[in-house]
Amino acid sequence: MAYSEKVIEHYEKPRNVGTFGTQKEIHERADIGVGLVGAPECGDVMQLQIKVDDSTGLIEDAKFKCFGCGSAIASSSLATEWLKGKSLDEGLEIKNTEIVEELSLPPVKIHCSVLAEDAIKSAIADYKQKNA
Amino acid sequence: MSVKAPQLPIYLDHAATTPCDPRVVEAMLPYFTDMFGNPGSRNHSYGWDAENAITTARQQVADLIGADPKEIIFTSGSTESNNLAIKGGANMYAKKPAGQTGRGHIISVIHEHKAVLDPCKRLEKEGFDVTLIDPKSDGTVTREMIEAVIRDDTILVTVMWANNEIGSFNEIPQIGELCHEKGIIFHTDATQWVGKMPTNVKTDNVDMLSLSAHKIYGPKGAGALYVRRRRPRVRLSALQEGGGQERGFRAGTLNVTGIVGLGKACELCAQDMDTERERLLALRTKLENKVTSALDVVQINGHPEKRLAHLTNISFGFVEGESLMMALKEIAMSSGSACTSASLEPSYVLKALGVGDDLAHSSLRISMGRWTTEQEIDYAAEKIIEAVQKLRDLSPLFDMHNEGIDITKIEWAAH
Repeated sequence: MAYSEKVIEHYEKPRNVGTFGTQKEIHERADIGVGLVGAPECGDVMQLQIKVDDSTGLIEDAKFKCFGCGSAIASSSLATEWLKGKSLDEGLEIKNTEIVEELSLPPVKIHCSVLAEDAIKSAIADYKQKNA
Repeated sequence: MSVKAPQLPIYLDHAATTPCDPRVVEAMLPYFTDMFGNPGSRNHSYGWDAENAITTARQQVADLIGADPKEIIFTSGSTESNNLAIKGGANMYAKKPAGQTGRGHIISVIHEHKAVLDPCKRLEKEGFDVTLIDPKSDGTVTREMIEAVIRDDTILVTVMWANNEIGSFNEIPQIGELCHEKGIIFHTDATQWVGKMPTNVKTDNVDMLSLSAHKIYGPKGAGALYVRRRRPRVRLSALQEGGGQERGFRAGTLNVTGIVGLGKACELCAQDMDTERERLLALRTKLENKVTSALDVVQINGHPEKRLAHLTNISFGFVEGESLMMALKEIAMSSGSACTSASLEPSYVLKALGVGDDLAHSSLRISMGRWTTEQEIDYAAEKIIEAVQKLRDLSPLFDMHNEGIDITKIEWAAH
């Protein structure tokens, strides 16, 4: 598998790795939205967390953890970079095709970008539900 | 403390193939040029020289496995040997002619190499019944397990000597004894075993045995099938017909250079088999100890003792296989996983052992060889530990594990 330079760069130095707390804490905190997508038996699990500033409605921080191939790691790393500073609506506009383009993902790795988009949508939905 | 880097990438995939020993290459060279004759040419010295070389090689191969030289059939390698033994044997001992069903029963094991399983599948389509048994969770197969599935119409049992992915080895002498008691032909794919472990086809009760040169520091494209001539005298129907070479079992001009290389490789393996095995076992023990003491949720697959000394298969929990290989590009080795990764084929061998039933495992097969050094093993161990730690720092599943969450209890949305 030949990886693009950008995938390798994100894989070697992933951005915003981490979590805002234990699983219990992040599910309880109202300022955090959590998206957990994928499945271990498929070889990809992404956990994306957003921290939203209640006063501005902007995503002030984002973190991820990923069990998956280099492209999955790079896709989720890129997603956290793009989410920071965006509003929830702007976040929902991120499309998997933009991730594919930015990382030059080959066709067999498109599902990684789809998973990243799902993770974004899922994290934002979680935040909205907690604050409904 | 950082280990000094050896020449990279480090080759730790000797179960896939080995480099040719320079002494093997040296033995082969004259047969490309000066002594290029066809051993089938009976009328001149070119043919005689080639024939002498074949005779020597046949003796060298026979000596390594305790056979008579007349019992050695040269082939292109283990895949061909397995095909000839299984298809040629089944067709010879079939209970009914081609085109009918119920032609006879064949027993093998689910974690055999594809070069055994695919011929068995072919025979199933051609009217034979095939039973594939499961190995134990340590990868081994015992006499009792074969005995339990033998039928009145069983004509052939084929069980590998040592498994290529995990190195576990089977009760071959006992299974052979059982087959002899029952009058069933017994074949073993010994590709990973021969040259590394003492072998005597007579006392080990083997009727047919497949071996390859390129797994034992010989050239690719050469191998042999041992076919027993006495008690019982095994017969085969040839797959490849033509000039009647190899007593009619395998037609085609002999690959003289390859066979010379195979013979030399066998001779060299016999010379220092025990000391080499002990050396590699010490290296493997060191590697396994380093990895298991530095990391948790690590499993050494296969039988703890009945396992080839130069090979280890290690599973790491909560780490995905492709990203692990990406982190370990300085080390040439094989990876496998029991789960269906997006891009890596799952290993049916590990699946058969139940490895990774808790979903998120990936495995490395590390196989050492004649020129593997302690420095290389130290370096590889350090890199493997670093890579697994890095990926676990990234793994949401490892966090869950550390927080006591059972990931098998989560309802994953499979995509």
